[in-house]
Amino acid sequence: MTNRKTVEVWVGIFVAAGVFALGVLAFRVGNLTTTDVENGYRVEARFENVGSLKVRSAITLAGVRVGRVAAIRSDPDTYQAVVVLNIDGRYKNLPADTSASILTSGLLGEQYIELEPGGAEEHLKEGSRIKLTQSAMVLEKLVGRLLTSFIDKPADNKK
Amino acid sequence: MKLFQVTGAAVLNTIERLGRAALFLYEILGNSWTLARRFYLVIQQVFAVGVFTLPIVLVSGLFVGMVLGLQGYNTLVKFGSAQSLGLLVALSLLRELGPVVTALLFAGRAGSALTAEIGLMKATEQLAGMEMMAVNPVMRVIAPRFLAGVISMPLLAAMFSAIGILGGHLVGVGLLGVDSGAFWSQMQDGVDFREDVMNGVIKSVVFGVVVTWIAVFEGYDAVPNSEGVSRATNHTVVYSSLAVLGLDFIMTALMLGEV
Repeated sequence: MTNRKTVEVWVGIFVAAGVFALGVLAFRVGNLTTTDVENGYRVEARFENVGSLKVRSAITLAGVRVGRVAAIRSDPDTYQAVVVLNIDGRYKNLPADTSASILTSGLLGEQYIELEPGGAEEHLKEGSRIKLTQSAMVLEKLVGRLLTSFIDKPADNKK
Repeated sequence: MKLFQVTGAAVLNTIERLGRAALFLYEILGNSWTLARRFYLVIQQVFAVGVFTLPIVLVSGLFVGMVLGLQGYNTLVKFGSAQSLGLLVALSLLRELGPVVTALLFAGRAGSALTAEIGLMKATEQLAGMEMMAVNPVMRVIAPRFLAGVISMPLLAAMFSAIGILGGHLVGVGLLGVDSGAFWSQMQDGVDFREDVMNGVIKSVVFGVVVTWIAVFEGYDAVPNSEGVSRATNHTVVYSSLAVLGLDFIMTALMLGEV
């Protein structure tokens, strides 16, 4: 049998390598370091259509991520989608008339919410509501509109 | 009539064996806490079970990662999204291939060795000898091996995934010219710690328990002669591979929550 010290050294190396690999997976591969929205505050925004926006989708301000989508639900009275935005506490001084639009990263990429600050004196607070919103662009509807405009035009020219 | 008798006997036998295996697991767990005072026994087994399985796991992990890089690139490039190669490699390894392939290798390399060792101890009446000396063989022989297997499996699976991602990086970035920054950033963006990394760890712990349990039980329950030991070793590999693949489906279904 191999002597005790060798065994212990090898097992030590083995366990250390395993824990190191887990650490690599957690911090280098996973997003454990970047997920946290620190002491965020929640605001609400209503959209006609959220497209493929998901919980935990990014919220950006001038392209920089400042928060994540906390919840998406449907309002049974207005038939609108209610999106709860969790914004990092460091960005507390957003004007109350900030507008939110759902954009797509790349042509077919993931959807995210872009905030555009307005000019109001008051700031967004916990529980306040973003009034100016722009819904997601749904590709099928867009293509449909494009096609109908193509079909209509020649008909107009003949008349 | 004979047919019914044969079927009935087979069913009863299977149920009886399952029951014995469950009681055996209970006995192992009951004896495990006494190992806190003699932890060196476990360390010795981690050396035998984990360290010796490491080379095969690392080499297979590297090659699986490299193959994923090649295959993934060829499919993704058709959709113009070769940048997502890192994400594809990382998710397939973390969620499925890491735990499952490691468990299969572990069953073949460590599980069969455990069964053969314990079966041979039984065949040569070493276990009976221990009982004669008032040493509980479950506590002295079985429990350390079981714990060592459960400890080693998640570590091995983590190393498999990590080196597999490295292999994918090697092929994707080094050979096929995917941008290194995009490879890592897409991966970090898409891989969630709790959803993907932790679920893989949970899977590998479950596989560790199941494979080691089957291995030690088959050894302990083997017919004590050379043929019995060889059959038990065979059973270990077959049963644990099947159990791993079946459980993987069930756990994936539960984790994705779509069934």
